Amino acid sequence: MKVAVLKGGRSLERSVSLRSGARVEDALERLGHEVLPLEADGALVRRLAKERPDVAFVAMHGLGGEDGTAQELLEILGIPFTGPSVAACVRCIDKSLSKHELRAGGIPTPDWFAFNETAFRKLGAADALGGLEERLGFPLVVKPSRGGSALGVKFAKSQSDVPAALVSAFSYDERVVLERFVGGRELAVSVLGGEPLPIVEAIPRAGDSYDFEARYEIGRTSFVCPAQLDDSEAAAVTEAAVAAYDTLGCSGFSRIDLILADDGPQILEVNAIPGLTDTSLLPQAAEAAGMSFERLVERIVDLALAERAAA
Amino acid sequence: MADPPHRRRAHVRSSDLERYAGLFAQRTQVMRSSAMRDLMAVTARPDVISLAGGLPDTSTFPPQTFAAQMTRIAQESAAEALQYGPTEGFRETVDCIVEVMGAEGMLPDPEDVIVTTGGQQAIDLLCKTLVDPGDAVICEAPTYPGAIPVFCSYQADTIQIECDGEGMRIEELEAALERLDGEGRRPKFVYSVPTFQNPAGVTMSLERRRRLVEIARSRELIVVEDNPYGLLRFGGEPMPPLYQLDGGDFVIYIGTFSKILSPGIRLGWAVAPPPVMEKVVLGKQAADLCTSTLTQYFVREYFAAGRWREYVSSVSEIYRERRDAMLEALERHFPPQATWTEPQGGLFVWATLPGYIDTGDLLAKALRKDVAFVPGQAAYVDDRGRNSMRLNFSAGGEDEIREGVRRIGKTIAEQVELYGALTGEHEAVPAKEPEEAEPNVVPFRKAEGE
Repeated sequence: MKVAVLKGGRSLERSVSLRSGARVEDALERLGHEVLPLEADGALVRRLAKERPDVAFVAMHGLGGEDGTAQELLEILGIPFTGPSVAACVRCIDKSLSKHELRAGGIPTPDWFAFNETAFRKLGAADALGGLEERLGFPLVVKPSRGGSALGVKFAKSQSDVPAALVSAFSYDERVVLERFVGGRELAVSVLGGEPLPIVEAIPRAGDSYDFEARYEIGRTSFVCPAQLDDSEAAAVTEAAVAAYDTLGCSGFSRIDLILADDGPQILEVNAIPGLTDTSLLPQAAEAAGMSFERLVERIVDLALAERAAA
Repeated sequence: MADPPHRRRAHVRSSDLERYAGLFAQRTQVMRSSAMRDLMAVTARPDVISLAGGLPDTSTFPPQTFAAQMTRIAQESAAEALQYGPTEGFRETVDCIVEVMGAEGMLPDPEDVIVTTGGQQAIDLLCKTLVDPGDAVICEAPTYPGAIPVFCSYQADTIQIECDGEGMRIEELEAALERLDGEGRRPKFVYSVPTFQNPAGVTMSLERRRRLVEIARSRELIVVEDNPYGLLRFGGEPMPPLYQLDGGDFVIYIGTFSKILSPGIRLGWAVAPPPVMEKVVLGKQAADLCTSTLTQYFVREYFAAGRWREYVSSVSEIYRERRDAMLEALERHFPPQATWTEPQGGLFVWATLPGYIDTGDLLAKALRKDVAFVPGQAAYVDDRGRNSMRLNFSAGGEDEIREGVRRIGKTIAEQVELYGALTGEHEAVPAKEPEEAEPNVVPFRKAEGE
C-alpha cells in the first residue's frame, strides 16, 4: 500500500512533527508499505494529486496540521487520512470551543473565561478582568486557545500578573483562555478507535509544572504507565476521557489530557493528533497495552481505511 | 537474505527510552534546550528573515582567492595537508595568530598559543581544565549565548554580573567576589567579551578594563578574555585588550579566525600561561588530537598573500553600513518604550523592551510575520533577559535588515498597544491593521451556564 506521511509545516511544533513523521515512516517501511514522505509545503497538494497515495498519515501537530487544514485538503482530494475528521480537529484545536462542547455534554472541565483580542482592543474587556479573583481564583492558567504544546502557557499568581500573561498568550493566538488552576495528578488517556489505552501519569522531575521543555525531553519528566490508580479512579478517568473523545466527535485516535483532582477528573484538552515521537505518550500507552509501535501505526492506518469504507 | 541496513536509527520503544534515561550523565540534566530549540528550528525556514544568527557574511570572501589557495595547497603540500598535525597547531599558524594579535597591540609568546577548533573549543577546553562540578564561574549578564551550554555541561555554578554601556559593572563583580570569599569559594575564572560584546554590543571602558585587570592580579583570579570581534571596528578609539593590560599572567585570551576570515574553517586559538597550557593541550589531545590540518594550511596561504588586513577593513565597512541601516530602522520602527545599544563594532545590537513583553513569546508572534531574532533569555542562566533580544546585522543585506526590523517593530507595537488596552494605561485603540481584527466574535462569555 502506498502511504503518504504528512509532516513539518509552518507550525511552532514543526520539529516535533518531523520527529513524529520520521518515526511513522520507519514503522510503515517495516510493515512493508511504500512510504511517501511529504513535507507540508507549497508543493503538498500538487504532490498528493500526482502520487495518489492509498492513504495519508497525518503526522502534523499544531496549527495547519491538527486544526483541520490538512484534513480539509485531503477531503477535497478524496484521499483517506488518519486521525480525526475536519470537524473534530476544528473542535479540539480550539480550547475555548472544546470546553464549551464538553461542558454542554456534561463532562467536567475547569471553569474558564475565553477572551478575544478584539474584546480588549475595542470593547474595553480589561474592565471585566477585575472579577477574575472571585470567579476563578488565583493562581490561574492563561493559555492560547489554539495550539497543542505548552508554548505561551503562563501561570498568573495574582491579578497583577494577568496583563503580561495575556500579552504572552495572545502572541500565539487571537483568543486566550483563562482557566481555574486545578491541582491534582496529571494524566493522559489515549483513545484508539474509540477504545481507551492504559492511562499515563506525568510526574515532573524538576520544577513545579509540566512545561513544554519537559514534554519533549527525555529525562525531564517521568511517565508512569499504567498510572497507579485504584479501580474506581481509573474507571472515572477512562470514562471521562472516552466521553470527551465521543463528544468532540473524534475518530481514529486522540489523546485526552486531564487532571485528577480530589473531586474527580477534569478534562484540560483533547489533542486531535498527539505526538508520536520517542517521548510521546500515545506510543507509551500502546506499548503498555502490549502493542508495538508498528502495530499501533498499522491500526491507525486500518482505522482510516475502515472509516472511509464505512462512509 | 539479511535485512538491508536501515537508514534511520533502530526502532526505539518507550521502555528503551527509560533505559537510556538511566544512562545519561548528570551533566546532561543541566543542559538547556528544547522549547527554544524548537522555536529556533522554525527560524531556519527559508522564507524567514533571520536577524537571529551570528553569521559573518562569507559571500564577501572572493571565490577566486579560495580556489587559488586550495589549488596551491593541493599542488605543493597535498600529503602534509591531509595528514594529522601537532596538537598545539602548526608553528606557521601560530605566526599568523601572533600577527593578528599584534594588530590589536598584543605580543604573545608563540609558546603560549594553542590552535583550537574555533574559539568555541577554547572555551570548552578551558572549562575542562579548570571547572569541577559546582565551581563558581563568573560572566557578564547578558553573556555569549554559546558559552552557557559549555558552563552548564561542566556543571559550573554560573554567576552573571550586570553590564551597562561600559561593560561589566566592576563594583558588582567585587561584591560577588566578596560574597564568594565569605562562602570560602574561589571562582575558577571570570569570562568576558569586553569588546563589541556578543550579545549586547557594548565595549568595556578603559577604566573598567584597568580595574578588572587589577582585581585579577591582586586576587590571582583568572580572567578569560574572548575577543572575536575586536578588529571589526566601525568607530571609536581602539581599547587595549585585557590581555595586553595584564601581560598574560592572569588573563587567558581566546581569539578566532571566524569573523576575520571564515567560521567554516573552524580555526580559533587560546593563549594561556604555560602551566595552564600544558593541561589544555592534554585536554585537546583527548578531544580531537589536533585541529584540521587542511584549514591551517588555508590560513597560512591566506596570510602569505598579505592581504588579510585589507579584507578585514572591507568587511568592517560592509558591517558598518549594515549597522547604520539597523540603527536607522530601529529608530523608525521600534516603539518609544524600547531601548537599544549602538555598537561601535562587532555583529550585534541588543534591544530591551518593556518588562511585560516576553521576547520568547514575541518570537512566536514574529515568526508569523516571517522574521526572527534571538530572545534575550538565551544569554542568561537565570530568569533575566526575558524582555530583551539580540539582533544581528552582519548576515543579511541592508534592505533585509530594514524589513526585518520593521516587522519586529510592528509586532512589538501590537503588544505594547494590547498591554495598554489590558491595563487601561491608555484608551483602547483600534488595531492598526483592520484585517487582523475579527468581527462577529462574542467578546467574552462567562464560563458557567448563564
